[in-house]
Amino acid sequence: MAEQFVSKASEFKDGDRQIIRLGEQEIGIFKHEGKFYAYSNFCLHQGGPACEGLTIAGVKEHLREDKTSAGLYFDEASMHFVCPWHGYEYDMFTGEQVADRKLKLKKYEIVQKGDEVYVVA
Amino acid sequence: MEQLIADRGRRVSVEELNTTRLLAHAAHQAKQRKFEDVLIIDVDAHHYENEHFGEILPFMDNEVFKQLALSSRAKGGRGSVAPSVFGTQDIGGRVTRYPLRDSEKTSKGFKRDIEIGHRWMDAMSVDYSCLFPTGMLNIGSHPQKEMEHELIWAYNRWVTEKVIPESEGRFFTMLGLPFSDPDMALKQVEKFGDRPGVRGFMVTTVRPKLPVHDNAFMKVYRAIEERGLALSFHSGFNWGDDQFQSCNRFIAAHALGFSWYNILHCTNWVVNGMGERFPKLPVIWIEAGLAWVPFLMQRLDHEYMLRPSECPVLKKKPSDYMRDMFYSTQPMEVQDMGALEDTFRMINAETQLMFASDYPHWDFDLPSTIWDLPFVSDKARHNILGGTAARVLGLQPRNEAQKANLQKFGNLKA
Repeated sequence: MAEQFVSKASEFKDGDRQIIRLGEQEIGIFKHEGKFYAYSNFCLHQGGPACEGLTIAGVKEHLREDKTSAGLYFDEASMHFVCPWHGYEYDMFTGEQVADRKLKLKKYEIVQKGDEVYVVA
Repeated sequence: MEQLIADRGRRVSVEELNTTRLLAHAAHQAKQRKFEDVLIIDVDAHHYENEHFGEILPFMDNEVFKQLALSSRAKGGRGSVAPSVFGTQDIGGRVTRYPLRDSEKTSKGFKRDIEIGHRWMDAMSVDYSCLFPTGMLNIGSHPQKEMEHELIWAYNRWVTEKVIPESEGRFFTMLGLPFSDPDMALKQVEKFGDRPGVRGFMVTTVRPKLPVHDNAFMKVYRAIEERGLALSFHSGFNWGDDQFQSCNRFIAAHALGFSWYNILHCTNWVVNGMGERFPKLPVIWIEAGLAWVPFLMQRLDHEYMLRPSECPVLKKKPSDYMRDMFYSTQPMEVQDMGALEDTFRMINAETQLMFASDYPHWDFDLPSTIWDLPFVSDKARHNILGGTAARVLGLQPRNEAQKANLQKFGNLKA
């Protein structure tokens, strides 16, 4: 395992992502609300570029006590990233596939040294 | 350039859509599996013909309908001459190639579709693709049979005179027919059936009131069979159809629609003994996945054993006729691998299944979805990916390794 330089933290804007390639590995690094998250860029579905698509909050449905639906809404406490090939949707915080949380993308550790961001791979 | 796909800050940063770059992982998969040595034929891929109506509509034959169609394109929003459907195939922009499609750099006009097609075919190592339209899969819901014929006629002329000849021999087609008018359908078979790149004709199955077994269509099927061409049933969805009015989510209308229309037409095709009437006509059921096939086999066989008097033309069980026909793979349901293995057994996948990508639509499949299946033989892999389609549709290998593989598995026509 080695530390691979990703970017200067000051140049990595919130909401952005970077894709780095290390041999056969591809790693997507996201910055969301000041924190870094790094996952394998190979979708668990058909191998698409899992980290290169849309980032979007999870969709939830309001169910009332009487079991009736009060409609859909974006859950602002969540954030997902979506494989652009087919829409496989992953939890930004865990790398879990949100439709089946047993499926998880490989997660990589991020190390910050001063203004420099590294991924451990 | 950062392109906002939705509000509330949802975003993806791209300079432009580039199909080759988007499918770089597919190219990697193809290289790992040495797909260059495997003839891969995609029996169902698409382009967006609606982006070329400016080129297509002048090919209409009747001057009044042509004037109506061309006039409708003028600014002012006076309606559309072609049917459209409700739906959100791009999942709110999550499948980014939909909203970003306009940003892909290509030549203008019909050559754009050829260039984009070759980009994804090269990435997947697909040798030949059957090019189908997108919006015109819903042409069967047009209320005016004359306009249906005219629009299909214009598309069929455009695609066979412009697109196919410029595709370096890598696109072929199974042309749509105006099934609201059997005489016009026959006219189109006679006009286009012998053109280069035409390997068959297609029933757009979003036609819930179409009796595919009606006597009026026998001359059409006979004409296709006599030419040694295939008949495909390409499924679709129409959220606006009566039977889907209770569906409040697109997932429901889409999942049911593609299955339903093929189930409907396949049932009528089988119980009316069309397999007995046209034994040399290859019939291909396209884009409904595979999970519906075992269900229908079981269901029809069960009822046939009790009510054979209603199907006197049949000489064997409905499932036997269904095993005589062909099925395209996509969208292949893989969630229960055991059920999929049973499905392969029930349809004789080794000889009856043909690979389809459906690219660029949202639920496309890669060739690796077949290659990596744990339960199929080497022969089945080669047959499904291209050998069977090569044999049935008369397509040739593109290199010596592919030729050797076709010979090895008995798929090379003399």
